[in-house]
Amino acid sequence: MATEAHGAEDGGLVFHPMDQFIVKPLFGNGDVGAFTITNVTLWMALTVVCIIVLLVFGTSRRAIVPSRSQSIAEMMYGFVYKMVEDVTGKDGVKYFPYIMTLFMFILVSNFLGLLPMAFTTTSHIAVTGVLAMMVFLAVTILGFVKNGAGFLGLFWVSSAPLALRPILALIEVISYFVRPVSHSIRLAGNMMAGHAVIKVFAGFAAIAAISPLSILAITAMYGLEILVSGIQAYVFAILTCVYLKDALHPSH
Amino acid sequence: MAEHNLSPEAQGMADALGVDGDHAGASAGMPQLDFSSFDNQIVWLLITLVVIYFVLSRVALPRIGSVLAERAGTITNDIAAAEDLKQQAIDAEAAYEKALVDARAEAGRIVGETKAAIQVDLDKAIAKADAEIAARAAEGEKAIAAIRDSAAESAATVAKDIAKDIVSAVAPGKIDAKSITAAVTAKMKG
Repeated sequence: MATEAHGAEDGGLVFHPMDQFIVKPLFGNGDVGAFTITNVTLWMALTVVCIIVLLVFGTSRRAIVPSRSQSIAEMMYGFVYKMVEDVTGKDGVKYFPYIMTLFMFILVSNFLGLLPMAFTTTSHIAVTGVLAMMVFLAVTILGFVKNGAGFLGLFWVSSAPLALRPILALIEVISYFVRPVSHSIRLAGNMMAGHAVIKVFAGFAAIAAISPLSILAITAMYGLEILVSGIQAYVFAILTCVYLKDALHPSH
Repeated sequence: MAEHNLSPEAQGMADALGVDGDHAGASAGMPQLDFSSFDNQIVWLLITLVVIYFVLSRVALPRIGSVLAERAGTITNDIAAAEDLKQQAIDAEAAYEKALVDARAEAGRIVGETKAAIQVDLDKAIAKADAEIAARAAEGEKAIAAIRDSAAESAATVAKDIAKDIVSAVAPGKIDAKSITAAVTAKMKG
């Protein structure tokens, strides 16, 4: 981020659409170690702050007739709660705090990443990969704990003809293990692509003749990105619910 | 982003950013694939998630849940109270209607009683008045009878006197007063 100025340095059209995703230390020029305070730290901390402001301070009055911030917090709560309940059923409701954590983190990170000069933590495969692997491992372990070997019934399509079942089982197993990959790349890819495209359009703005069109395109992309930010958080959360449902009720 | 971006300018950018050469080499492509930053991101992600989880599960979610439950309870209570009040209003209206009907019936009864009492008084008064009228009429008739009698007597006396006078004028001394009186009386009776 903050490297758009490089285009101006050599006068020509130089695009650095990916520079915004570079992880760099916030203080000093050192190496990026495991505990170095980086822009990742900053923007994740801001995510936490936003969530606390919205969900804790926003609801501090506990009003029967809610204020605006309390309404938003209640809407988020109701939205995710209903999603968990609808998809996983009554017995999935006890996992609601985990899914709410994932949803709020992704949603707020996505939206914070849309601020100019921001760093989008959810555009990194390291972040979304960990999120997806956490969901995958949790769901798999939960499935075996809850259902024992019966969890393997998820891969054995009992409604299919017997001859087809081994083939289907193979496909099911592959698709099961591809889940965390698609789950993480979908989110990171969406966030990265939108931001990169905005940067490319921004690079074109250096040419005076194209700049009005460029600004129009950036505006349009920005609107689309707002939509994508919300939708990707929703998609990640609802897929988590679907996987959770598979773990709780593995029968097809 | 292709390798040709890894040019002096990219190197300069990397220097400007304070990223050392190795990192710039990776981040000139996709910073997402710069594995040297993975441990850092993962550490901060896990810390962030744990913080968010504890904030949500300890403070935010129970609070919002209780607010929503409280609101639902309040609404239910208010609806129940409204139903209660409505029922009370219906009861009050029924009681009012009943009181009205009772009052009407009572009024009717009182009117009937009063009418009967008045009728009794009236009948008594009428009977009394009839009796009085009958008494007065009898008295009057008596008086009329007396007057008639006296008038008849007077007429008889006058007739006798006149007959005597006429007889004495026509045939003086021939016929006595007694026979004249008897004749007149007989004539008047006939």
